[in-house]
Amino acid sequence: MNRRQAYEAAQRRRSLTVAALSTGGVLAGLILLVPLAPGWPAVKASFFDATVFAETFPTLLQAFLIDVMIFAWSVPLILALGLAIALARGARAPALFPLRIFGAVYVDVFRGVPVVLTIYLIGFGVPGLGLSRPWNSPYIWGTVALVLTYSAYVAEVLRSGIESVHASQRNAAICLGLSEGDTLRYVILPQAIRRVVPANMNMLVALQKDVALLSFIGPVEILRQAGIYKSLLANFTPYVVAAVIFLLVTVPATRYADYLLNRDRNARS
Amino acid sequence: MPEAKLVLQGVKKSFGENPVLCGIDLSIARGDMICLIGASGSGKSTLLRCINQLEPIDEGTILLDGQDISEPGIDLAPVRRRIGIVFQSYNLFPHMSALDNVVLAPRRVLHEASEALHARAAALFDRFGLAPHMAKYPDQLSGGQQQRVAVIRALAMQPEIMLFDEITAALDPELVGEVLNLLRQLRGEGMTMLLATHEMGFAREVADRVCFMDGGVIVEEGPPKEIFAAPKHVRTQAFLGAVLR
Repeated sequence: MNRRQAYEAAQRRRSLTVAALSTGGVLAGLILLVPLAPGWPAVKASFFDATVFAETFPTLLQAFLIDVMIFAWSVPLILALGLAIALARGARAPALFPLRIFGAVYVDVFRGVPVVLTIYLIGFGVPGLGLSRPWNSPYIWGTVALVLTYSAYVAEVLRSGIESVHASQRNAAICLGLSEGDTLRYVILPQAIRRVVPANMNMLVALQKDVALLSFIGPVEILRQAGIYKSLLANFTPYVVAAVIFLLVTVPATRYADYLLNRDRNARS
Repeated sequence: MPEAKLVLQGVKKSFGENPVLCGIDLSIARGDMICLIGASGSGKSTLLRCINQLEPIDEGTILLDGQDISEPGIDLAPVRRRIGIVFQSYNLFPHMSALDNVVLAPRRVLHEASEALHARAAALFDRFGLAPHMAKYPDQLSGGQQQRVAVIRALAMQPEIMLFDEITAALDPELVGEVLNLLRQLRGEGMTMLLATHEMGFAREVADRVCFMDGGVIVEEGPPKEIFAAPKHVRTQAFLGAVLR
């Protein structure tokens, strides 16, 4: 070990020690202080009841599969519609001007309305037109609401990716005689999509959580099932169970998205 | 007198209020190699970009085999197919291997069958000493190799004339030679070429004619021997005096 390495190792040991002490202090404070609060026994009984936790966990996990299912069929629809909207917004030909306007309005509207409102309006509004089974299913219209909202976000992300591809790439393709369509398909989009994968990963994590909002219009997925248990058992622990189940999925997914983002940033610097 | 491949008559181009080309007349015979020299900003690059219509011209005509290709509104894709251009910054597609860079346009535009096309592309790589690098991605190649792949990519479209826009200007000095050798080889094969270049030694050695540009016009034009040994125009003398020292 040379002099610099010895110095850096000492520095590392020092910061590790400080970090460990400070983390330990905060944890100890929480563990000792929170139970001193006057309402703690009541909160503990209604939010952290081990028996209720064990009892409701299997059913809630089952109900979570509905969330996963809705998520799984929404994603391809969102990506396809998002791409279509991004392309519509980038259309340059004068004949396609209405398409461009439509893209802009679409993005403005669905990014501007809270997801839960879109879900209410579409989830209750459209079946209210008197559609017969199975076309009045909240699964269908809830999915539509999620797809509309999230494709607006994905479209914006994709558009920023398309615009980040340098003009010289387009020029090079055009000079080779490639058509506009082929230039987009073979030269611009592959580069653009690669660049926005991490940003879209974050979008998907948000979507996974927002699927729970469909509980407001009917499907007995995890959040609604937890609500049912809450009423049945007069205990809030099922909500904590639901939160834990979400975290089991979203934390690894978020970490993976961050990893992709960092790798991308390092590769470009 | 061999027939003229490319003829420029009174070509003018401005960017907004700023005139860049102020009446260019130039005639290039089949198999000619013409070098454009001149300071940065003299209009060399713009002239090349105007020839393949990457920039539309304001006035004048550009004739390719007697056909006016500068007429506003004509379909440019078939014209650009016949004119290859290579830029200073290579502009390879970074998400494709060298081979895929080369075969993309022939496959999509000329609709060549995959097997014959791959054989033809492999032959091109082989001809310019890049066969070992065919499967590599641009970021795995040196600047000189990338630039040679860019030339091969343009050649794969079987252009009738090649334009080179200062293609060695972004290269490390030790890599310039391999690209210039490729140009020598192309000249030996009879390709019609128009180069904007700062490589005076190269221009002097291989060009059929040298055009000195300044202020958006061709100030002086002639065989390299005359231009380099006895420039007539005072601006040519000043420029060559500065760059040759």
